[in-house]
Amino acid sequence: MTRVWRWLADRWVMGVALLVLGYLSLPIMVVAGLSFNRPSSRLSYDFDEFTLDNWRNPCATSDMCDAVVRSVQIGFIATVVATVVGTLMAFALVRHRFRGRSGINLLIFLPMATPELVMGTSLLALFVSAGVPQGFWTVVIAHVMFCVSFVVVTVKARLAGMDRRLEEAAMDLYASEWQTFRLVTLPLVLPGIVAAALLAFSLSFDDFIITNFNAGTTVTFPMYVWGAAQRGIPPQVNVIGTAMFVIALLLVGVSSLRGRRARRARIMSAVRPNGPS
Amino acid sequence: MIGMGAKLRERDAPAGDLRLANLTKRFGIFTAVDDLSLTIPQGSFFALLGSSGCGKTTTLRMIAGLEEPTSGQVLLGARDVTRLRPYKRPVNTVFQSYALFPHLDVHQNVAFGLRRRGKRSTDDDVMGMLELVQLRDYARHYPAQLSGGQQQRVALVRALVNHPQVLLLDEPLGALDLKLRRQMQIELKRIQTEVGITFVHVTHDQEEAMTMADTVAVMNAGRIEQLGAPAELYEFPATAFVANFLGQSNLLAAEAAGPAGSDVPVTAHGARFSVPADRARSDRGAVYLGVRPEKLHLVGSAAQVPSGHQHVEGVVTDASYVGVSTQYLVRTGWGSEISAFTANSGTGGQHPVGTPVVAHWDPRHAFLLPREPGQDDRTTPLLDEPVGAPS
Ligand SMILES: Nc1ncnc2c1ncn2[C@@H]1O[C@H](COP(=O)(O)OP(=O)(O)OP(=O)(O)O)[C@@H](O)[C@H]1O
Ligand SMILES: [Mg+2]
Repeated sequence: MTRVWRWLADRWVMGVALLVLGYLSLPIMVVAGLSFNRPSSRLSYDFDEFTLDNWRNPCATSDMCDAVVRSVQIGFIATVVATVVGTLMAFALVRHRFRGRSGINLLIFLPMATPELVMGTSLLALFVSAGVPQGFWTVVIAHVMFCVSFVVVTVKARLAGMDRRLEEAAMDLYASEWQTFRLVTLPLVLPGIVAAALLAFSLSFDDFIITNFNAGTTVTFPMYVWGAAQRGIPPQVNVIGTAMFVIALLLVGVSSLRGRRARRARIMSAVRPNGPS
Repeated sequence: MIGMGAKLRERDAPAGDLRLANLTKRFGIFTAVDDLSLTIPQGSFFALLGSSGCGKTTTLRMIAGLEEPTSGQVLLGARDVTRLRPYKRPVNTVFQSYALFPHLDVHQNVAFGLRRRGKRSTDDDVMGMLELVQLRDYARHYPAQLSGGQQQRVALVRALVNHPQVLLLDEPLGALDLKLRRQMQIELKRIQTEVGITFVHVTHDQEEAMTMADTVAVMNAGRIEQLGAPAELYEFPATAFVANFLGQSNLLAAEAAGPAGSDVPVTAHGARFSVPADRARSDRGAVYLGVRPEKLHLVGSAAQVPSGHQHVEGVVTDASYVGVSTQYLVRTGWGSEISAFTANSGTGGQHPVGTPVVAHWDPRHAFLLPREPGQDDRTTPLLDEPVGAPS
């Protein structure tokens, strides 16, 4: 009896973790499965027949692919702008003492804490009253707005954990301000910036509520899916969903693999002390 | 020097003495460094001693340009470098916290300064330096893979390899074991004399300061209490702080009434003593009569006291045998305990606890220091050498 308990006690953390993992990945599995489905009718969500057609021909409906391209464009622009602006802001907030600093720290959290519905409607009200026509660029503006917060918070955490004395050491060793930034600060903060950019892109790519209010006639991928759901979702949507998931997985996999390989290389070359640099 | 870039040569031109003029640093209302003025001759070894938090690191940071002085100047030769950026100064620092770059390996860390100064082939210099600190085999290790003592040695050579005009060392050997520390001390001293670098060396290790430095300065609460050759500081301290910071001293509260001839007579606890006038930092009013424990000799009776020596009587309350010497605590007639170290050189017997003894000294070994009125004896009741407080 006690042995059974011991066995359970040793493994329950693992068990719970597996359960949670299953819970999280079940929907993704369903999407991946349905991407190989040939539905018998437009409104059927049953797995009827296996096919590779959806993958061979993901742009069966051309407006769907337009929407995907548009979402990628918006995501790319919003990510670049939000990452640059957010990183600069994070530096300012961590490195400089100025009036209103704590106020800004609080404001940064606001877009994350505000319900999207409220953000979407208030942005719409702003654009309408300012006479800005809604479309591609209003969506970009909206996305930059909420992505910046996440970038600031992510980069700030990384930056705050960095020892200022390393930069002092660099300056003591004849590195100018710019060289210090390029050779010491940036390499140490870069992982945080990359993580922030990935986060920003995925937030932008799948935002629906705020986008829906400010898109005008522009259709992004989430909006397309929402619209299609009324008429029956084409199975190619599952292809796009699965592809995005696989790409994300690959990115994460590659970065962690690179980290591990770099670490192994360091240890290997540490074993051969006079190896090439 | 031949073959080095013009950039290097310009920096290698002797910079002259390092001078601090009325250097002050305040953090808010707290004064960390208080009106510091001193001159460190070019090529000399200057040791800065002082208790934790007295402003040593802050002083070094102002010399390196990492901290802006509230007022005062830092001068290198005739040049005022007070407002010069750190990377424009021919000064390198061994940081108390090492501050090694975690994303660069040992070799890259050490080569960092040479690279920034435009030196192309750094390998010989770097490997030579790593050899010096016995880390040749660790060139491709990252700082996180090194022990504390190894990191400290990397920090040391990362600064040293640049052969700066002034090298600031903030407790550069604190994490090393005794044997390695002695080895490093010898190497440092050798490099310092060979290359002619001005060393400003902060340490908690008195012995290190005394053996290595040309000049020792004892700092207390942002000020230099005394500055001079090691023997001078030890033999004739200027303040009670210095007397007890460098080694130990028996300081007896006494009153002096001005010099009489070449001596200064004093009264302490009802007994009369005298000290040569040139050994008196203060000769009137409240003074301390100071004698180092090793300058006190113990005998069984007053009859054995050599002529010309002065003495106090007491009872041995503690005796610890430490091999080369025996360290005694003697309770005097008025209740204070004084300490005496006697060499175990074979002559003279031991004094067991509880026996009455007479402690005597040559007045030329005593000294008089100013004392705040009302302060009592300051004897060091510790039998072991005070160990440098960890930072
Ligand atoms: N940036 C700062 N802001 C406020 N106070 C500071 C700052 N840096 C140092 N201090 C204070 O100045 C005093 C001197 O500090 P410093 O680092 O120079 O001491 P230290 O002599 O090097 O001590 P240790 O031997 O412990 O290293 C300390 O009391 C410290 O609290
Ligand atoms: Mg310090």
